[in-house]
Amino acid sequence: MDVDVSVIWAGIVFFGVFMYVVMDGFDLGIGMLYPFVPAREDRDTMMNTVAPVWDGNETWLVLGGAGLLAAFPVAYSIILSGLYLPLIFMLLGLLFRGVAFEFRFRAHEGERHIWDKAFIGGSLVAAFFQGVSLGAFLSGIRVSGRSYAGTVVDWLAPFPLAAGVGVMIAYTLLGCTWLIMKTEGPLQQRMIAVARPFAWLMLAAIAAVSVWTPLRHAQVAERWFSFPNLAFLSPVPLLVLAAVFFLLRSLRRDPHRLPFLMALAVIFLAYAGMAISIWPHIVPPYITIWEAAAPPSSQKFTLVGTLLILPFILLYTGWSYYVFRGKVRAGQGYH
Amino acid sequence: MPDISALDLARIQFAFTMAFHIVFPALTIGMSSYLAVLEACWLRTGQAVYVDLYHFWLRIFAVTFGMGVVSGIVMAYQFGTNWSFFSEFAGGITGPLLAYEVLTAFFLEAGFLGVMLFGWTRVGPGLHFLATCMVAVGTLISATWILASNSWMQTPQGHAIVNGRAVPVDWLAVIFNPSFPYRLAHMGTAAYLATALFVGAAGAWHLLKGHDNPAVRKMLSMAMWMALLVAPIQAVIGDLHGLNTAKHQPAKVAAMEGHWQNEGDAALPLLLFGIPDMAAERTRYAVGIPHLGSVILTHSWTGQIPGLKEFPADERPNALIVFWSFRIMVGLGLAMIALGLWSLWLRRGAALYRQRLFLRFAVVMGPSGLLAILAGWVTTEVGRQPWVVYGLLRTADAVSPHSAGSLALTLALFVVSYLFVFGLGIAYVLRLVRKGPQAFDLQASPSGGPGAARTPARPLSAAEEGQ
Repeated sequence: MDVDVSVIWAGIVFFGVFMYVVMDGFDLGIGMLYPFVPAREDRDTMMNTVAPVWDGNETWLVLGGAGLLAAFPVAYSIILSGLYLPLIFMLLGLLFRGVAFEFRFRAHEGERHIWDKAFIGGSLVAAFFQGVSLGAFLSGIRVSGRSYAGTVVDWLAPFPLAAGVGVMIAYTLLGCTWLIMKTEGPLQQRMIAVARPFAWLMLAAIAAVSVWTPLRHAQVAERWFSFPNLAFLSPVPLLVLAAVFFLLRSLRRDPHRLPFLMALAVIFLAYAGMAISIWPHIVPPYITIWEAAAPPSSQKFTLVGTLLILPFILLYTGWSYYVFRGKVRAGQGYH
Repeated sequence: MPDISALDLARIQFAFTMAFHIVFPALTIGMSSYLAVLEACWLRTGQAVYVDLYHFWLRIFAVTFGMGVVSGIVMAYQFGTNWSFFSEFAGGITGPLLAYEVLTAFFLEAGFLGVMLFGWTRVGPGLHFLATCMVAVGTLISATWILASNSWMQTPQGHAIVNGRAVPVDWLAVIFNPSFPYRLAHMGTAAYLATALFVGAAGAWHLLKGHDNPAVRKMLSMAMWMALLVAPIQAVIGDLHGLNTAKHQPAKVAAMEGHWQNEGDAALPLLLFGIPDMAAERTRYAVGIPHLGSVILTHSWTGQIPGLKEFPADERPNALIVFWSFRIMVGLGLAMIALGLWSLWLRRGAALYRQRLFLRFAVVMGPSGLLAILAGWVTTEVGRQPWVVYGLLRTADAVSPHSAGSLALTLALFVVSYLFVFGLGIAYVLRLVRKGPQAFDLQASPSGGPGAARTPARPLSAAEEGQ
């Protein structure tokens, strides 16, 4: 049997970015929820629900970048120079967000507000520009030959900016449902109240993207609305509706894990939907995964290691989450 | 800024973000091993001094690690955002090496860091020690991959050029390229040495302030043993690395020595001072020791190396920068050896903990390891110019096609953000150092046994930051 290594690599990059989106998604979401929760103790608790795991969550972003570079260097160089400014803004956002985890507890009482703001602002900026990058990527990157051919502000258009807001909504919903799972009492009640409007906003955002992309890109419309694809793909939007329904319903009856799981499902479906829209392009709409592929000797060398090591990574990452399982109460932490 | 090109700005940006970044991994490599040693000593002896020191350095480690992570993510993406032609040309080689770094090192560090920092009351002592060790091993694995990648760029082999791109042919040859073992040994040792000097300075500072206790003495003593042993070893490794560079990157060594041309069979002096002048093709105001250059560079009394004039003018690195950055590194290294020997001399009768002149010297030497690392990186990176992949790809051909304007904007954003974030971060590190090791209350925070059922620890912040 002939195995297409490029397809496997597309799957790994898809998986890596998805892991990043959901895992760093909920901790960036926590930053964006700070403004809803003014009390110092509650903010400490919120931060401590992710403090032991945020670094691992963010590592998936580096894996996404490194995997792309290793398997599809042409795509890496075009996408990263095409999304130059949004990505730099995102990195700076992650910089402020990341240091806030430690600095916040090291600062004197009077300085703490600086790192609260850095945490909020960094999370907002990182989430927004990840969405902008996603939107600009989906709406197409201009290429000539094997290089980026657009301008430095191609991303400054309605669709990418709307996608930025969409990702902020998605991450906030993830953060909110994560906290419903990890906290209790008044903080949890507040999160339940916040989750409801964000679930609706999420649904609206997905609906907007689902209408917007096929209208703008005939190719996407054809992928989704031609027969027999329509039959295979119609469960995707139906499952989204079902997940949002169960999410909203669970919020009414002493919720614990279910809202988070349903939010994960919604985001997975939306993410998979985008992949279906652009497949098999890795720089839509010009370059396919095969055209961007690294030399087979590079792809295979990295693939062996990835397939061997990834299960162990998932194992000890899972263990680390297991060690910190259960509700987080005020005052827990190593600080 | 009409004279500064987009290429210059991209290089300044890379050098700036890299220079900030390298300091943090260097400290986390050394500190995580130090923490593993402290925890091992505690588990073996049960002496409180080790657990006190562990928790003191753990907090400093955590802040340093956080800064290393966030500045490192910038590096991972900068190859694509700022050096897209490099990524396209060499991505088939550097990409897999970076991917292996993420898979074998970053996830390992990140996965066990949480347990190391927050798991004291949630897992047993054995598992906690395992977590500390995994983090330490992760930092070393990370250094291994990134130095394999950098070394390949300096001394590339094991590849073929197909359609204008580097294609790996023999991965073992790519990884174990000629300069890799020397670079790895030199950088790994530098990280340990830099950490030892930092730890030693912290101990010396507390002693000067009159905070004399067993923990402070222990950290000064351990650090000075480390400096005594490792600084001379580093000099030997550096010498071997220099020979390797002379073989594979002769123009770099010529620039390091400010050496323009050989005069007949004359032996090379070792220049102690001089101002290499690229335009005039000579080194002004040269002051040197006869024959010593030949002895060091060729290990013979009259050996010669090629002078800079033997290389085309557009293949010469900037000799002024390389000449001086190299001298700063070596000078600091000699001071480290002196510090180690002095500490050995003072150990009789515990003068080590009392002699104020020595303690002041140890404090001053605190940042010297990090400065030497920066100077060393400047030497090796500027020394390989104008190549980004030696002999294969020029730096000028590697840069992304961005305008000078957008590069200037992002450079300004990086400078402002880095100075603010890391400036305050370093201030927090120093604030933690100033607090000094505290007695760690083992009764109040039990360890061992299953996690969730245990009572949460008394928040340490209550004791530590108790206003």
